[in-house]
Amino acid sequence: MTADQPAPAQPVNPVAGAFDGVDPEPGVPKPDPILVVDDITKHFGGLRAVDVHHLEIQRGAITALIGPNGAGKTTFFNLLTGFDRPDSGSVYLNGESITRVAPHRLASRGMVRTFQLTKALTRMPVIDNMKLGATGQIGEHFWQALLPVWRRQEAEIEAQADALLERFNLTHMRDEYAGTLSGGQRKLVEMARALMTDPTIVMLDEPMAGVNPALTQSLLGHVKSLRADGRTVIFVEHDMDVVQDISDWVVVMAEGAIIAEGRPDDISADERVIDAYLGSHHDSDLFEEFENEQANEQDNEPGSPDEHA
Amino acid sequence: MDWGFILERTISTMFGVEVMVFALAAVGLNVHFGYTGLLNFGQVGFLAAGAYGLGITVTYLSWSFWIGILFGVVYSIVLALILGLPTLRLRADYLAIVTIAASETIRLLVRWRRSKEITGGAEGIGEFADPFYDVSINPFSVGVRYEFGPFSYVGRDMWVLTVGWIVLILTVLFVKRLMSSPWGRTLKAIREDEDAARALGKNAYFYKLQSLMLGGVIGGMAGMLQVIQKGSIQPDTFNPVITFTIWAILILGGPGRTWSPVIGSMIYWTLIAFLENVLRDLPEGASETLEDTIGLSDFNISQVRFMLVGLGLLLLARYRPQGIFGSREEMALDDR
Ligand SMILES: Nc1ncnc2c1ncn2[C@@H]1O[C@H](COP(=O)(O)OP(=O)(O)O)[C@@H](O)[C@H]1O
Ligand SMILES: [Mg+2]
Repeated sequence: MTADQPAPAQPVNPVAGAFDGVDPEPGVPKPDPILVVDDITKHFGGLRAVDVHHLEIQRGAITALIGPNGAGKTTFFNLLTGFDRPDSGSVYLNGESITRVAPHRLASRGMVRTFQLTKALTRMPVIDNMKLGATGQIGEHFWQALLPVWRRQEAEIEAQADALLERFNLTHMRDEYAGTLSGGQRKLVEMARALMTDPTIVMLDEPMAGVNPALTQSLLGHVKSLRADGRTVIFVEHDMDVVQDISDWVVVMAEGAIIAEGRPDDISADERVIDAYLGSHHDSDLFEEFENEQANEQDNEPGSPDEHA
Repeated sequence: MDWGFILERTISTMFGVEVMVFALAAVGLNVHFGYTGLLNFGQVGFLAAGAYGLGITVTYLSWSFWIGILFGVVYSIVLALILGLPTLRLRADYLAIVTIAASETIRLLVRWRRSKEITGGAEGIGEFADPFYDVSINPFSVGVRYEFGPFSYVGRDMWVLTVGWIVLILTVLFVKRLMSSPWGRTLKAIREDEDAARALGKNAYFYKLQSLMLGGVIGGMAGMLQVIQKGSIQPDTFNPVITFTIWAILILGGPGRTWSPVIGSMIYWTLIAFLENVLRDLPEGASETLEDTIGLSDFNISQVRFMLVGLGLLLLARYRPQGIFGSREEMALDDR
C-alpha cells in the first residue's frame, strides 16, 4: 500500500447553506429539488420492500441514504433508476415524470447509477470500460459502425476517458483487463465510467463497501469533487462517520419507509434512527457492525490490496 | 499402412465444403455467444431457415434463384425475431430453451406430411440450385476433377468452394470490423454485464436482438451454401447434432476471437477425416485386435471417430479450456 491518492483537496461546497431553514422531518420540501418521489411502493410477495410517501432531493447536494441491511435502500435505488418497476407511485426528474422509464433512457437524461456489487466489465480493458460510458457515440449504431464516421468522435471520447483515469489515479491500469483490478479499484472504475455519461445526478450504491480505509478517503474526495463539479449525488452508506463528513443531507430508511431526514448532526441525535438500527441489530454499537459485514463481502478479490503504483 | 495415401485423402478436407459451411455457421454463433454471450442452442434452425427460404422460393413460388437467396436471408431474420422478441428481455437461459426447442420444431414442421405442398415434406426439395452453377462467371466444368498439389476437388465443388470461401472470409472481416467498433464494444459490455451496460444508457435488448439477427443471417448463409452444394434439401439433415458440432468447433477455436471459427472448423473436420482414414487403413494385426477388443468394424468406424473426437474435446476442456486461440488470462477473469 502506497500513499493515498491525491484526492482533490477539500473543494468548496457550492450548496453550503442551502438547507438552512429546512426542517429535519421526513418528506420535507427542499428549496430546489432535482428529484421528487411521490407515494412509491414496491412489494416482493408479502414483503413491503419500499413504501415512501414523499421525498425531495436537493439539487447539487450530497444526500446520504442510510439504514440497516434490508431496509430497502437498493430496491429504492432500483425504482428510481428504472431497474425495477414500482407497484404504485411516481418519480420526477427536473419536474418530468421518469416513472417506468427504461434504465437506458435515463443516462441521456442525466441520471446514472453504480451498483452495490461492483459491475466491472471484467474481460474488457479498463479504457474500454470507460469509453463505453460515453453517450451519443454514433458508431454504436450498426450501420454507422461499419464506416469510419465515428473515429474522430472516438478520439475525443478516448481523451475524455484518459483525463478521468488520470483524475482517478488509474492511468497505470488503462490497458489491463478490468477483471485484474482490486475491489477498490473496480469501485473507482465504476465511478469514473459513470462520469463518462456527464451526469447531472449520480447515484452510488454503497461506493465505499469493502474498500480499504486509505482508498475510502480518496473515494470520499472524489464524491466531494462531484459536488464541486455541480452534480447532485445520492449515495447509500452504512458508516455514520463517513456520512457525517461528506453529506449535506441524510435520509434514513427502515423497513421500506423513510423514518428520518436531516443534517448529519440532526440524524446522529435522532431517537428514531438509533431505534431503527438497534431494533434490527441488538447489542451492537450503532453502525460498527454493518461495516464489518460489508468488509467481508468484497475484500477477497484478485489483485488486492489496492495498489497505486 | 500407407501414410501418404492417408494424408492425401485427409488434406483435401481442410478446405472442403464441410469446413467452409461449419466455419460460417460458427462465425454466426460466435457473434451470438462469443461476443454477446447469447446462449443459442439452435443454430441449425438458422441453417434450415436459410435453406428453406431459398428452396421454397425457387421450387414452390417459382421465383428466381437469386430472389431465393434474398428470401433465405429474410427467413433467417424472421426466425431471429421470433426467437428473440419474447425471450431477450428475460434471463439468458430462456433463449437457450427456446432456441433448442424451436430448431427441432422447424425440422418436424417442414417434414410433416401436411406441409408437403409447401416444404416438400420428408422427401425435401430438389432441383433449385442449377442457376448457381450455370452462371457465366463459373470457370469450372462440372465433370472435371481439379488438382492443386495435394488438394483435389470435383468441378461442381470447386465453384461452391470458391464462392463459399470468399463469402466466409468477407463475413469474418465484416464481423471483425463490427466488433472493433463502438457497436461491438457495446455487445461485449452486454456479454460481461447487461445491467452495467443499461445503466450507461445502452439499450441491451435491442443490441441483443441485432446480434441474434446478424448471427442468424450468417447461419442462414451457411445453410444455403450447404444445400446448394448438395443440390437438395433434406429436413433430417437439420438435426440437433449439427448445432452441437458448431458449438464444438467454436469452443475448439475459442469464442470471441476473429478467426477461431474457421480454424476450429478446419481442425475439427480434418481430425475427423484423418481418424476415419487411419481406422480404415489399419495394418492387419491392429485392426484384428481392435475388432476383438472393442468390436471395431467397417460399419462403426464413423461412430468411433466421433468418440475419439469427443475424447479430444474432453482433454481440451481439461488442459486448454480457453480453446486454441483463447487467452488463458481472459478465461481466468471469468470466475469472479
Ligand atoms: N428481487 C427480490 N425479491 C424478493 N425480495 C427482495 C428482492 N430484492 C430485495 N428483496 C428484499 O427486500 C428487502 C430490501 O432489500 P434491499 O433493498 O436490498 O435492502 P438494502 O439495500 O437496504 O440492504 C430485503 O428484505 C430483501 O430481502
Ligand atoms: Mg443494498
